[in-house]
Amino acid sequence: MTLFIIILCLVLLITVVIQIGKITELAGEIRGEKDVEFTSNYWNSRLGMIFMVAFLILSAASAYYYKNYMLGYGPHVSASENGVSQDQLFNVTLVITGIVFVLTHIALFWYAYKYRGRAGVKAAFMPHDNKLEIIWTAIPAVAMTVLVAFGLNVWNTVMADVGPDEDHLEIEATGSQFLWFVRYPGPDKKLGERNFRKITNLNPLGQVWSDDANLDDMMPTEIVLPVNKKVRVKITSRDVLHNFDLPHFRVKMDAVPGMPTYFVFTPTITTQEYRQRLRNYPEYQLPADASEPDGPQKWETFEYELACAELCGKGHFSMRYIVKIVEEDEYEKWLSEQKSFYMTTIRNSDEDTRIGELLNIEIEDRVVEFNTELEAAIASEDVADDILVLKHLFFETGSARLTENSKYELQNIIGALNKYPSLTIELAGHTDNTGDAEANQTLSEARANAARDYLISKQVDAARLTANGYGQNEPIADNDTEDGRQQNRRTEMRIISK
Amino acid sequence: MAHTTEIKDAADVLIEEYGVDDHFHDHHEGDKYQSNFLMTYVFSMDHKIIAKQFLITGMFWAFIGAAMSVIFRLQLGFPESDMAWLQPILGKWIEVNDAGIGILSQEFYYALVTMHGTIIVFFVLTAGLSGTFSNLLIPLQVGTRDMASPFLNMLSYWFFFLAGLVMFLSLFVSTGPFSGGWVAYPPLSALSQASSGSGVGMDLWLLSLVFFVVSVLLGGINYVTTVLNLRTKGMTMWRLPLTIWAFLITAIIGILSFPVLVSGFFLLMFDRMLDTSFYLSEIFIGGQALDHVGGSPILYQHLFWFLGHPEVYIIILPAMGIVSEVLSVHSRKPIFGYRAMVFSILAIAFLSFLVWAHHMFMSGINPFISMIFTLFTLVIAVPSAVKVFNWIATLYKGNVRFNSASLFAIGFVSLFISGGLTGIFLGNSAIDIQMHDTYFVVAHFHIVMGIAAFFGMFAGIYHWFPKMYGRFMNETVGKIHFWITMIGAYAIFWPMHYIGIAGVPRRYYSFSNFDTFSQFAEMNKFITIAAIVVFVAQLFFVANFFYSIWKGKKQRVKNPWGATTLEWTTPIVPGHGNWPDKLPAVHRWSYDYGKGGEEFISQIQPVEDWEKEYDDH
Repeated sequence: MTLFIIILCLVLLITVVIQIGKITELAGEIRGEKDVEFTSNYWNSRLGMIFMVAFLILSAASAYYYKNYMLGYGPHVSASENGVSQDQLFNVTLVITGIVFVLTHIALFWYAYKYRGRAGVKAAFMPHDNKLEIIWTAIPAVAMTVLVAFGLNVWNTVMADVGPDEDHLEIEATGSQFLWFVRYPGPDKKLGERNFRKITNLNPLGQVWSDDANLDDMMPTEIVLPVNKKVRVKITSRDVLHNFDLPHFRVKMDAVPGMPTYFVFTPTITTQEYRQRLRNYPEYQLPADASEPDGPQKWETFEYELACAELCGKGHFSMRYIVKIVEEDEYEKWLSEQKSFYMTTIRNSDEDTRIGELLNIEIEDRVVEFNTELEAAIASEDVADDILVLKHLFFETGSARLTENSKYELQNIIGALNKYPSLTIELAGHTDNTGDAEANQTLSEARANAARDYLISKQVDAARLTANGYGQNEPIADNDTEDGRQQNRRTEMRIISK
Repeated sequence: MAHTTEIKDAADVLIEEYGVDDHFHDHHEGDKYQSNFLMTYVFSMDHKIIAKQFLITGMFWAFIGAAMSVIFRLQLGFPESDMAWLQPILGKWIEVNDAGIGILSQEFYYALVTMHGTIIVFFVLTAGLSGTFSNLLIPLQVGTRDMASPFLNMLSYWFFFLAGLVMFLSLFVSTGPFSGGWVAYPPLSALSQASSGSGVGMDLWLLSLVFFVVSVLLGGINYVTTVLNLRTKGMTMWRLPLTIWAFLITAIIGILSFPVLVSGFFLLMFDRMLDTSFYLSEIFIGGQALDHVGGSPILYQHLFWFLGHPEVYIIILPAMGIVSEVLSVHSRKPIFGYRAMVFSILAIAFLSFLVWAHHMFMSGINPFISMIFTLFTLVIAVPSAVKVFNWIATLYKGNVRFNSASLFAIGFVSLFISGGLTGIFLGNSAIDIQMHDTYFVVAHFHIVMGIAAFFGMFAGIYHWFPKMYGRFMNETVGKIHFWITMIGAYAIFWPMHYIGIAGVPRRYYSFSNFDTFSQFAEMNKFITIAAIVVFVAQLFFVANFFYSIWKGKKQRVKNPWGATTLEWTTPIVPGHGNWPDKLPAVHRWSYDYGKGGEEFISQIQPVEDWEKEYDDH
């Protein structure tokens, strides 16, 4: 119905216009062809002038009106080092083209107006003028030379890759339909190898777990970067083309499946600083959510945004990811809170190809964990804190023979004894309640002794060590579940004196 | 021959006296093949009828393409509005939610955007513009009876028709038409898992465009051959009107670049149908890893833009030629710097093959390569600037007739300046980092090659309508059409620069996900309203066009504009063979306006003694 009415209105409107045309044509025939032509010249040349003046004024006025939303003219200065020179180039080009735009428009409409057809006037015969043509070929040629030189200079600076030993942070962004995955390299500063055939729901980037560099890689839900630090973003795609677009940083690069690309930039303004900039402009003092007039204002909720700028399918418009620029110390703090993707999501799942293997990352993490617990125990008055479960001390099944991997945990103990020369400890063996209680008692003692013997063999003073077995008598978890039994099968380090 | 009864005028006398007798009446097959309606109006081999076929088909597609843009502009300007009223046309692509609000589906939004681009670029501004005017004007302005091969010329139209038919069918397939952007970048366009439009819709899209390229090549070969071989006696290359120069060079560019596009399309078809990996590598999509490795999506982009960039000159050069001619005729002055105009067309054509990768600065190609393309891209500004200055200088000291044709020609110059200047931003790779694929690009190319080319086409239609139908289009409606379109087109595209400078990417279904991009709701409303107004104004044009074919003011003299070129020496409605008897012989260049106080001197007028004091142009 609506459609029908719209069509009907259009038909009526068109009929009216055609009728007007018909009437003026009839009236024109009465007035005479020449008269009609000169009247038309008179009015349309004037309209042209009005158009030109209005156009020039409106284009300047509208640009002024929108300046606070556009790059560089209001608060939207570039938040990166490279963006500053790009914006400069933009402005130089704007001035040069602006002059040409105004002058040519004035000339076009002014000459059309001035030389509108009139009775009794004859046009001049002016087929060409070589001198004039050379001049107006040379001027644009010179202007273009300047712009090319300036432009390429900026381009080469901006697009330069990081030098081989240059200090920088490397992260990776991967486009997919229709969300971004961002990967940080973790403490080893290396992004692990990927293979698109290994991609699963759990492993969205197809990380290859046999590569140790992958084990500490992190996949945070936001991009957080330290201010004033050079960042190299490695840009990849999982499926179709995407584009890594950071408008505030003047950064843009396609994500191409099968061909990693990159963009290097240095953020210079933190999110907080940018908010403070916006705060000064009335456009940003409005409520962020129109339905909540008293809620936070636009400047307060401002975030840098990552978008996709290459058509990638129906959800193309929705690939948002937040980017935060923070001070160096805040960044370090944030980074320390990020967990390895492998350890949190993949480890010991069906996807884990390294089940049963004690990984370097686990050993290193354990060193940190052990020392943290140890220091807490040393500092604590509470006796309960003095018991440290030796999580990485393992024996072969049913035997008191230490596994190869136990040496790391034992090394932790040696480290503790070296660090605190007055420390004496008890090594306490425990089992679960399966099997014979007496046998368990014997096994626990043998295991405690095995640990003690190992430490002694490593030049630890035997006087600082005692070893006892407690069998199945001191469970710390429920023996009815496998998980609980596993927790109960343990060796502890008990601090006797500090 | 129905027109022999016309009263003989000065032109007839000159042709009779100096013309070339090619024994036209000894060949009677010319009359035979137009013996019935089907052969006269449908399977016609007459270049004038084929021109009209191209024009009217182009207008049909322009209507579809523009209507699509109105629908997606509604989505962008009024995203909350109820679009259920469009259900009778769009059917399932309007999803009515529980609240009874009709929503344009995302998939179809992208299909609309894609089809809008494909249709306007290829079917309207290539076939509709170049196809129409090359066909109409080449034989008439070089002084020959028809194209070198009328049969191939007919095939050229029918391949275009077939292309259109296939594309039209693709609008109705259940998975929707192709929706991956008119540039059809793989892998999105190669994998049906990536988008539902990349299924059957894409097969039809590719098939359609292959037919289209066949059409362009058949047409192009004809245009080139006709211009080079069938010029009448005395019509040297330096006496050709700029329209013909433009059509000739356009055809050459097309012949050189379209085959590259087709080869790109074939590789894409292989990837789609034969499991090859020209463009595909390391892809995980739809829950599985594909076997394709080793291909490069960038390769497609090179092949595509090797046509894609020359394509914009294929679109704009004919418009430039038309504007040069129309401005000169209606200023009553020679086109300023004729040779410079020709050389700048040649320079632009040459450079157009060396700039394609400026569409790919941000695609991951080596930044070093981009430097070369930046250089050549900005060099193109020089011949373009020369053309602009020459058009303005043509108006200078003229006696400018303001009618619909010349207004559109003047409007063209304004648009070409505005859109050309923004090209200087985008061509500079360092600025393109920020502007690439934003609304700044949308504003740039719509103004410089979309609207400007349409203006050239309108100027041509208003100017040569009498040649096509022996009647004039209504001037009042024409001027209403002009002013609404001129103001409206800028109202649509000028504000887009600002959105683009703010970094808003193009091809977004909705801006609400991003704080940065959602600040322009009011402006988007304004743009949409302007787009609707401009769309309605084009309906005035269409109504005027068809009304005038049958009811327009009759053309009473052969040469109503006082033009020098040959097409105005034919009978008012030229029959088959264009000139009833001898072919006109040419004695001078095509721009003797205002020479020695004569308002104009036709090309068929022999040079007289008093003209010796003037240089030979």
